[in-house]
Amino acid sequence: MRADPRALRFSAIITTVVLALVLVTGSVWPSAAPVLLAAQALVFALGVAHRSPYGMLYKAFVKSAPKETEDARPPRFAQGVGLVFAVAGLVGYLAGITPLALVATAAALLAAFLNAAFGFCLGCETYLLIRRLLPAAKLEVPE
Amino acid sequence: MVLATLALGSVIGVVRLRRDGRVRDTAQADDRLVMADLGTDLGERATLVQFSTAFCQPCRATRRVLADVSELVPGVAHVEIDAESRLDLVRRLDIMRTPTVLVLDSSGNIVKRASGQPRKADVLAALAGAVSHVSSQNPDDM
Repeated sequence: MRADPRALRFSAIITTVVLALVLVTGSVWPSAAPVLLAAQALVFALGVAHRSPYGMLYKAFVKSAPKETEDARPPRFAQGVGLVFAVAGLVGYLAGITPLALVATAAALLAAFLNAAFGFCLGCETYLLIRRLLPAAKLEVPE
Repeated sequence: MVLATLALGSVIGVVRLRRDGRVRDTAQADDRLVMADLGTDLGERATLVQFSTAFCQPCRATRRVLADVSELVPGVAHVEIDAESRLDLVRRLDIMRTPTVLVLDSSGNIVKRASGQPRKADVLAALAGAVSHVSSQNPDDM
């Protein structure tokens, strides 16, 4: 499976904006933050299932073919890491554990920003670290 | 909170841009890889060992760079290791990210190391160092 790197970058930018909004609304309009974060968690989950709404939005507007494509597995794995952080943040907001809500959301924002601004995939790099700690956590990844 | 996160991200990003793929010297008595570790023969003059995973976007480009170099320079082998099937080596060599590239001299000593995608010119320069590393050794050690 191949992915359009421009669509991935576009998705990272929208994700960065949404997660920044979650943190901003959290301080001015507290009830909106978990709703927005839940929406982003859903987007991450759809991304894991190869149905990224941001990617589809990009494809709806940009018809040209990319100059080169890249392996879809690393960004898909990173969407899964994003989902874990978004769910942790959501639990924090809903259970009133503010430090958990803020730290988990900020961590997801950091990873999305590094991807959007520099093209670095922080989520991808956690894979080897997870495997080092949990050798049994091998994921089967058909090409 | 947002500004602090974005500021931290910018610092990490800039440091990464500067450091990524830079070929560093390793400590003299770092470690030595032998045929049994690699599962294949060492290159006659030097070996480029690449650690990769399935969830690694720059690994493919790195593979291309190293394959190019090993074709260009006679006696240099390119060995790619799937990091997750060799967690023993990953721990022993303290590999934290992929791609990590090790440059071995002809007897398997690790002389250079890069984490992130290295540039072709840097790999060529590192190889020149690896080859001279051998010739500058005391003949009694050989």
